[in-house]
Amino acid sequence: MTRFNAFNLLKNALTGHKNWTEQWPDSQPKAEYDVVIVGAGGHGLGTAYYLATQHGITNIAVIDKGWLGGGNTGRNTTIIRSNYLYDESARLFDHALDLWQNLSQELNYNVMYSNRGVLMLAHNVHDVQSFKRHVHSNRLNGVDNRWLTPEECKEFCPPINIAKNARYPVMGGALQERAGTARHDAVAWGYARGAAMRGVDIIQNCAVTAIRRNADGSVAGVETAKGFIKAKKVAVSAAGHTSVVMDSAGVRLPLESYPLQALVSEPVKPVFPCVVMSNAVHAYCSQSDKGELVIGSGTDQYTSYSQRGGLPLIEHTIAAISEVFPIFNRMRMLRKWGGIVDNTPDRSPIVGKTPVPGLFVNCGWGTGGFKATPGAAHTFAWTVAKDEPHPINAPFTLERFRTGRLIDEAAAAAVAH
Amino acid sequence: MLLIHCPYCSETLPEVEFTYAGEAHIVRPETPSAQSDADWEGFLFLRSNVRGPHYERWRHLHGCGRYFNAVRDTVSDKFLTTYKAGEPRPDLSTLTVTQK
Ligand SMILES: Cc1cc2nc3c(=O)[nH]c(=O)nc-3n(C[C@H](O)[C@H](O)[C@H](O)COP(=O)(O)OP(=O)(O)OC[C@H]3O[C@@H](n4cnc5c(N)ncnc54)[C@H](O)[C@@H]3O)c2cc1C
Ligand SMILES: [Zn+2]
Repeated sequence: MTRFNAFNLLKNALTGHKNWTEQWPDSQPKAEYDVVIVGAGGHGLGTAYYLATQHGITNIAVIDKGWLGGGNTGRNTTIIRSNYLYDESARLFDHALDLWQNLSQELNYNVMYSNRGVLMLAHNVHDVQSFKRHVHSNRLNGVDNRWLTPEECKEFCPPINIAKNARYPVMGGALQERAGTARHDAVAWGYARGAAMRGVDIIQNCAVTAIRRNADGSVAGVETAKGFIKAKKVAVSAAGHTSVVMDSAGVRLPLESYPLQALVSEPVKPVFPCVVMSNAVHAYCSQSDKGELVIGSGTDQYTSYSQRGGLPLIEHTIAAISEVFPIFNRMRMLRKWGGIVDNTPDRSPIVGKTPVPGLFVNCGWGTGGFKATPGAAHTFAWTVAKDEPHPINAPFTLERFRTGRLIDEAAAAAVAH
Repeated sequence: MLLIHCPYCSETLPEVEFTYAGEAHIVRPETPSAQSDADWEGFLFLRSNVRGPHYERWRHLHGCGRYFNAVRDTVSDKFLTTYKAGEPRPDLSTLTVTQK
């Protein structure tokens, strides 16, 4: 695989860019691996990458039922931030935010991480109090976040309507300047290339139909569309399909799968400098480097695997966007899509060991796991390699739903990505 | 948009009149104090999250206001049937998709 640098770019320019080598081979399964990872999204591929680079484990297959990055990794609105309320979450998401800073250099792949800032608007007294609580809690944890007045919000993001007579007046906002966006596909591709370079097999279009266990209960391997693959360890990162896969190993998870939709507008010149989220009107918006407004909101109300979602939610989202940003109300929308997200009852992820020896799970990222990709993959790889929790992912166990030790970001934020 | 049949109003109406209310037939424990932590985990947090026909509750919020049950295929989102709260779980083998 060719390294990306100025010299190679020039060299390939001379031959009309016809001689670039493939970024990763289209691998076929071997009979046996040390680790099989189910799901080639950012989390699964990142886990393979860190297993190879940090723990010297390279006899790995990452298996996906579709194409790599075709799940939520390639469908999300790429918001990256770490201003979560609880200590456990702040540590996990801020660890990811630290890794985002140099990810392009680390992977030799431009993931287009842009710390353009994420501004969360407050529209009522409750919002003001809850966001200020977040700001204080974040600062105690050393996490960047600060409070802005309505005028400061407008200065930071001119398209915002801060008129006093707006239906949802802006009463201020919480700004995390280190937060921003990245190119979602590039994250999957960068990790895939980095992992494949070190010998990891990436097997696409091969659904895992069941996890098989040995007589002693430990994991034996996976049944797939291309036959049985033996594995010493199996790590599942299958997002909305995780509970279906884990059911086959007899592990029940507190997950429900919902469609989450997003949409983009026609491309326009740069007009929107940051990411703005509004929990009260329930929508958020940013502008991609291509010029499209990237818009999203909450999940559809019913569980589903249809990867589609309904139009009522789109209408609701657009209504909210038009209210907060009146300049966009004549904008035409180009397309919308959905992904299936795995929500936990406390809206915090589950990362770690399972009751089945040799079986690990990294799921429950729901509507907001893109931002965590490097941090989750990095600490999950540790857990898979050493068969023990990493200090940062240790609180995010499956047992917390039995012990009651929840990390209730759901109650803290009401909604978020 | 989903079209949902309310078994009380006997009318098929657009999704925006209804709210989803989670998995159906989850029975509240009769003797809460006798429940173990594992029982509570099951009752509060574990759901079948079926990929396929799913027993679930809906509420006709902007209509009669009542809760009822439904069987919906979570892959196609099509309803197989809806029935009144308190009625037994319909037998899946007798159901076919009624809605186009
Ligand atoms: C519309 C939308 C907007 C979002 N916006 C944001 C945001 O702004 N910020 C943010 O942080 N997060 C956001 N998210 C959430 C984020 O996308 C996910 O949490 C994250 O991408 C999950 O990554 P993953 O690698 O775990 O899952 P995925 O990328 O979904 O990868 C899972 C993979 O598993 C594969 N798979 C499933 N079942 C099987 C099987 N049986 N056998 C083999 N393979 C299987 C799938 O094909 C898939 O490729 C959004 C999600 C959506 C849908
Ligand atoms: Zn009714």
